[in-house]
Amino acid sequence: MEIDLALIWSLLIAFAVLAYVLLDGFDLGIGILFPIFNKGSERDYAMNTIAPVWDGNETWLVLGGGGLFAVFPLAYSVVLPALYAPLTLMLLGLIFRGVAFEYRWRSKNSQGFWDLAFFGGSLAAAFCQGIALGALVQGIDVVDRAYAGGWWNWLTPFSLLTGVSVAVGYILLGSTWLILKTVGPVQEKAYRYAKPALFGLLGLIGLVSIWTPFLNPEFLARWFTMPQIIYTAPVPLLVLVTALVLLRGLREKNDAWPFFASLGLFVLTYVGLGISFFPYMVPPSLTIWQAAAPDVSLEFLLIGTAVLIPLILGYTAYAYWVFRGKVDPKEGYH
Amino acid sequence: MVEFLDAAFLARVQFAFTISFHIVFPAFSIGLASYLAVLEGLWLWTGRDVFLRIFQYWIKIFAVVFGMGVVSGIVMSYQFGTNWSVFSDKTGPILGPLMGYEVLSAFFLEAGFLGVMLFGMNKVGKKLHFFATLMVALGTLFSAFWILSVNSWMQTPAGYGINEVGQFIPVDWWAAVFNPSFPYRLVHMVLAAYLTTAFVVGGVAAWHLLRDKTNQSARIMFSMAMWMAVIVAPIQIIAGDFHGLNTLEHQPAKIAAIEGHFETKKGAPLILFGLPSMQDEAVHYALEIPKLGSLILTHDLNGEIKGLKEWAPEDRPNVPIVFWSFRIMVGLGFLMAALGAWSFLRRMQNKLYETPLMLRFATWMAPSGFIALLAGWITTEVGRQPYTVYGLLRTSDSISPIDAPAVAISLLAFVVVYFAVFGVGVVYILRLMKRTPDTDIPDDYKSDGVPVRATSMFPVKKLSSHDQELAKASGGKTNGN
Repeated sequence: MEIDLALIWSLLIAFAVLAYVLLDGFDLGIGILFPIFNKGSERDYAMNTIAPVWDGNETWLVLGGGGLFAVFPLAYSVVLPALYAPLTLMLLGLIFRGVAFEYRWRSKNSQGFWDLAFFGGSLAAAFCQGIALGALVQGIDVVDRAYAGGWWNWLTPFSLLTGVSVAVGYILLGSTWLILKTVGPVQEKAYRYAKPALFGLLGLIGLVSIWTPFLNPEFLARWFTMPQIIYTAPVPLLVLVTALVLLRGLREKNDAWPFFASLGLFVLTYVGLGISFFPYMVPPSLTIWQAAAPDVSLEFLLIGTAVLIPLILGYTAYAYWVFRGKVDPKEGYH
Repeated sequence: MVEFLDAAFLARVQFAFTISFHIVFPAFSIGLASYLAVLEGLWLWTGRDVFLRIFQYWIKIFAVVFGMGVVSGIVMSYQFGTNWSVFSDKTGPILGPLMGYEVLSAFFLEAGFLGVMLFGMNKVGKKLHFFATLMVALGTLFSAFWILSVNSWMQTPAGYGINEVGQFIPVDWWAAVFNPSFPYRLVHMVLAAYLTTAFVVGGVAAWHLLRDKTNQSARIMFSMAMWMAVIVAPIQIIAGDFHGLNTLEHQPAKIAAIEGHFETKKGAPLILFGLPSMQDEAVHYALEIPKLGSLILTHDLNGEIKGLKEWAPEDRPNVPIVFWSFRIMVGLGFLMAALGAWSFLRRMQNKLYETPLMLRFATWMAPSGFIALLAGWITTEVGRQPYTVYGLLRTSDSISPIDAPAVAISLLAFVVVYFAVFGVGVVYILRLMKRTPDTDIPDDYKSDGVPVRATSMFPVKKLSSHDQELAKASGGKTNGN
């Protein structure tokens, strides 16, 4: 039997993007929540929970983009021009967010400005990622191996809705991460904001789910015909169960459950999207196999990936282990 | 003027702008990461605290530099797709996996251990911390390996075939990765990164020595930097020469532009300076040394050097830019070697720290590496034109199907944001460099001295005497709370 390298790679890229969304999702969420914390020590504390890991988290985005270039160069060269404006804005947002981690400690006078940059950059990046997702779901026109649409095609009510959804989802991830990692007033605020974020997200997931099948009849078919429905029906049910677990965790002030349930919600919605997408890389134009690089390229990178990804997961886990548990509010910057 | 402002031109400006800003930071990170590893190694080996103090001094600067490198680097990884989609589609099957390896083997390694390196000293102990520092340094070198392989492949493509849709496809990975110019370029670039860092360290140390020549940390920093200057600068000149000969073999048009030769000549002169004109196909007011050009490039007084007229005008690179950027790079290289030699002389006389003129010279030379590095990259990249993949894919055929206003607006946004964000970053770095090494670091961060953060976990380990000493040296915990 021949190995379907393109399929394997689509799963690996999907994994990289999921890893990015989960990991940098809580970083960006904390950025979006930044204004609710008091200037100074509360914000220092919130930021210190992610300072040692944010850079590694963001690297998954480089793998998502770089990996797409490597194994699905056609998809890369079609999707990026199609999403020119939101991606550029996302990159600019990530610049402000990223440098704020260092800059805000460098000068007390301009700390307020860099706090704002941290918030604005995180919000812009989250919103643009959501828009990019929505634009991809609603479809990208391809003619002759090139993007054939206009420069504002990405901008629709649907993509704005997904933009808001991702931002709200990140708020949920960020607040539950803070519940997990902090104590005191920061944690109390995180508890306060997690619940509305959860209800907001559930509502938005519902809206997006109802809307998506009408964008493309194939999506509808994939969800509601036999025998696929056997696989697809449990997804919404699991979303509800996970949401209940999360809610209970928040009620009973269990510090760990809300975060892991939030991760679960993201994984489930992501799987849901995957069901809609498959077997397309760029709906409705390119399938996984059409977009894939030649097998020699896929093979060459897969060999290294098989060795390096487990290593990466290993030392990433180690880094999280080193900084495990609650962060001490008194430590770090004074 | 307006006809130049098409999407292709704007995309080139955008790429040149964003990559020029970017390359400065990783070059500095490569050098600093290795320097930090050496310092920490020396501290562990000799037990002398001064090495730890120098380590703590530079790691704060490293954190800022690294951060700027990361955020400006992400832009690069997406710009191939947004502005150069045809290039991405065609070269993706070869260059994509190489960049994929860069992400997997380098970026994750750096990022994964950076947190431990910056914040984990009190948590993981000395040896594991040293290991983390080594992994970060190794990551920066892996990154240089892969990205220079990619760039070299674009200059001297090898190991490829072309498929029915016009994509370059890999035929021989070994030949593609280790393409003809790669070893030369890699050596030249890594040495450049080390030299750049050495001159920054030396310049900062010299500046502080001019204020207090007894400052122990500054003395050690200066001494280490000047050893690098005296040893590595001459090696770099030799490596650059080999790189040049390799370029002559594979990209003779680039060499002709560098040398300012329009006519093919036997016994060609070495043009030191002059005003090259592409329109007149001549170098005006040329100051030249007869036959030396042929001697250097062919090791024969009467060797033949091809002139630019061998190529059609539309296949020639921009001569004045390449001509001048090359001379700036070489001139700075010789100045670096001169400072190295001078310092060696004074060292032999035991006057290394007592020559104010030399210290002032070293201070002025602090940014020389960055300028030489940019000039060198401009030489090789502009000299590669009008191709993205040399001889095979023209730059004008590589561009995204994109509207000029979209590129113009994003270019404007990048220019504004980069100057603002990285301008401020440079100010912060200069402020960190202004701190006198060796002194107690103030614990209020409105002043310049900001300790590297140490986040922690429960339960807090009881501090050993070593850890307390460490925290004191870092200006962290013990005097902080």
